[in-house]
Amino acid sequence: MAEYWNISPGLEAKAKAFLSAKPEADVNLDFEIGVKDFVNAGKGSAEVKNVLKRLGVDPVVLRRIAVASYEAEINVTAHSNGGIMHSYVYADLVYIRFEDKGPGIADIEQAMVPGWSTADELVREMGFGAGLGLPNIQKNSDLLHIESVAGGSTTLEIIIYYA
Amino acid sequence: MTIKLNDFLEKVNAEILTPDIDISGIEINNGYVSDMLSDVMGTAKEGQVWITIMRHMNTVAVASMTSIPCVLFAKGLKPDAAVIERACQEEVCLAVSDLQVFELAGILYRMLNL
Repeated sequence: MAEYWNISPGLEAKAKAFLSAKPEADVNLDFEIGVKDFVNAGKGSAEVKNVLKRLGVDPVVLRRIAVASYEAEINVTAHSNGGIMHSYVYADLVYIRFEDKGPGIADIEQAMVPGWSTADELVREMGFGAGLGLPNIQKNSDLLHIESVAGGSTTLEIIIYYA
Repeated sequence: MTIKLNDFLEKVNAEILTPDIDISGIEINNGYVSDMLSDVMGTAKEGQVWITIMRHMNTVAVASMTSIPCVLFAKGLKPDAAVIERACQEEVCLAVSDLQVFELAGILYRMLNL
């Protein structure tokens, strides 16, 4: 199993404490993500964005959440055998976990390099596959954690604090 | 400086595809040109017009996620009705102009005195 962590400086202890406790969320929304379903991928992120907008989350933070979440959704539909987006809304943060059904990321460090991509022709025709998805997720989240089993499933978790 | 979105769209003879969205109050201060969606999400900002030839449904989703108020399609390339409908729901203004990307960007650049 390969693993990747990136946490914003100063938030390491707080974010890890949250992950190990995982208290009950105020709002929990789950969305199924189909294979190469570029029409529906993004609906989960749009829904979460709407909930957070109603809660009055700052537009700049809202944009970070929407971009990170949408990129992750696109990754699942573009690269995996399908999966689920679990989103948990709290008073001070949003925690989103994407679980797919494989086939796993062979080399996560490589996948994090901007411009590197394994996208096929269809994905590129859809305007994706520039190798910027994971870097965009990292840039916009306070915590990014990826766990992947070669030939198996991948789990990608993000946390973004509202302030 | 900022200009009214409406003034720019008029200047480039753009047809507004989402007339139900009220854009009279929208001000723009910049633009972004790209057909790669992740590039747009990584770089484009609020207050920018996005000039592109990418007409897929994902374009609307990216504009919405990135808080881009208006997508301007160049070369007279109109998206499908379903894309326009989605844009109305997401409150993203779509417009189309017969001019090419380079010309559209140039006109906006000049109008903004950049």
